Amino acid sequence: MTSTTTTAETTSGRTGRSWWIPRLSQGDRVRAAVITALLLFVLLILPSLLSGYWTNVCTAVAIYSVVALGLGVLMGRTGLVSLGQIAILALGAWVAARLFFATGLPFPLVLILTGLITMVLGTVVGLPALRLSGLYLALITLMLAGAITVALRTTNFPNGGHGFLGHTETDRGAGDIRRPLVAHADTAYFRYTVIVCALLFLLALLHVRAKPGRAWAAIRQSEPAALAAGVNITLYKLWAFALASFMTGVAGALLAADVGQLFTLAFPTQDSITLLAAVLMGGIYSIWGAIVAGALMRLLPALLDNWGLPADLLTILFGVGVLQVLLTAPQGIVYQLPRDLKNLGRLLYGLVRKVVPARERAG
Amino acid sequence: MIDIDNLTVRFGGVTPLDGMTVKFEAGTCGLIGPNGAGKTTFFNVLSGFVRPASGTVTAFGEDLLHMAHYKRARWGVRRSFQTEQAIEELSIYDNVAMVHEHSGVSRAQRREDVLGAIGFVGLEMDPETRVGTLGARERRLVEVARAVVGKPRIVLLDEPAAGLPDEETEHLSRVIKAIPEHMGALVILVDHDMSLVSACCEVTAVLDFGKLIAAGPTAQVLRDDKVIAAYLGGEEVAA
Repeated sequence: MTSTTTTAETTSGRTGRSWWIPRLSQGDRVRAAVITALLLFVLLILPSLLSGYWTNVCTAVAIYSVVALGLGVLMGRTGLVSLGQIAILALGAWVAARLFFATGLPFPLVLILTGLITMVLGTVVGLPALRLSGLYLALITLMLAGAITVALRTTNFPNGGHGFLGHTETDRGAGDIRRPLVAHADTAYFRYTVIVCALLFLLALLHVRAKPGRAWAAIRQSEPAALAAGVNITLYKLWAFALASFMTGVAGALLAADVGQLFTLAFPTQDSITLLAAVLMGGIYSIWGAIVAGALMRLLPALLDNWGLPADLLTILFGVGVLQVLLTAPQGIVYQLPRDLKNLGRLLYGLVRKVVPARERAG
Repeated sequence: MIDIDNLTVRFGGVTPLDGMTVKFEAGTCGLIGPNGAGKTTFFNVLSGFVRPASGTVTAFGEDLLHMAHYKRARWGVRRSFQTEQAIEELSIYDNVAMVHEHSGVSRAQRREDVLGAIGFVGLEMDPETRVGTLGARERRLVEVARAVVGKPRIVLLDEPAAGLPDEETEHLSRVIKAIPEHMGALVILVDHDMSLVSACCEVTAVLDFGKLIAAGPTAQVLRDDKVIAAYLGGEEVAA
């Protein structure tokens, strides 16, 4: 916030039209540099610092960040409440598993195909959004999510038979869902996942910064105003669902290959609500917030487990966390933390300045 | 030119517009009337949010009521809202550009138009400033810029000066007056501020309970007995 006001002050001087820098402002360049550095750290250094268990946790964090970002696109950007994102993730994982077992397609192609198929299915789930909004849309998507979970359970969530509908009745199911040839080991697969997830983040960012992003912002603010601005609301709402479902579908495919064996139990309907809580805490209107939400979804439970604390504590923590965020920082932790740290710094600086001269005078 | 013939809107038992027949020729036209007279409903019909029970609207030879609502903005029906609707999360530039980017002009032309509209309303600040950080006056101007960017044909302004102090209303009235010649659009201005309406509009139409009760040169309309009665409630007392 402060940076925008200072640039406004410095550039408001009349220098004709040249002061308007088209798209890549200095802030954007700094941001790009920071992101590249972070990405390099995560890809090159982080895996060597982590044990196998924590590498797997980080893979899951990356995957769930993408799911969180999908919800961010829907809810944060477009104002469409969806409580069915985990069901979409399950759909993606299911589609990917079938594609892996039934075809010998290369891994990246399966990712893209899964994304596209999930996109079609997810857009169908989004159809009620054309008529409903708010609580009613939330309820409908929640019901649909429940229906998908029930359907997957009763039709035997694929445990790895042959062909498109193959199913084997053994304890462990058939073989694992395969991973890409170049990334078979856990660490290599972690890097692979992070790269794919970064590409998905980029895809979302490109949308948000361009025409669809502006149309979504208009819809979120007010549908009549968006209409009056010439936005085709039907098209852009479905577009938001399509993008979110594509991303969530690819995430599902990554998850399927990550865990190797899929169980319906891994995708409980209530996880969609937990996801909403995590995204709200992280910051629904932020790309970084999605990463925080991914960590809350997957890293926090692993940490609790590691410290020997009960898993139920998570629900309580999330409840308190959501209340805290909604009351004090509706934009989420990613905005709150820097702000509070700055305030704390100022407070400490003020204290130090008060104490030090007093001592000098005393001495 | 916009020709409204026998326009009627019904919401259940309420008839907010009752056989409204009026012609707005060119320039800036005022539309006034007491609260609940049907002014905003009329704008909503033109924007396509409300489907009238009967009547026709012909704008520049085009049957407006048969145009899909989101296409009307692209064709040239623009409006501002009573409660200002500039999008907080976007910059000034993006706010204005998003109205224009569905109209299919080239990128370079679009940028020129957008910066032109921002300049036209007199917003002298970095177009990359987020609208959420602006004050009431600047937000109003952003909304006017959204309404005039590109090639508007009909600009509907719904109480653009509501809540603004006098000196800022003055700037706004200069901007509104300049729209017809600079942008080539017909402007219909709804406002309760009679000095603004008198300053901007050569002609004014008056609605009361969904019916047109007067239309003509602004000064003459404001002296009309029926108009004064409608505003002061004299008619009801007499009845």
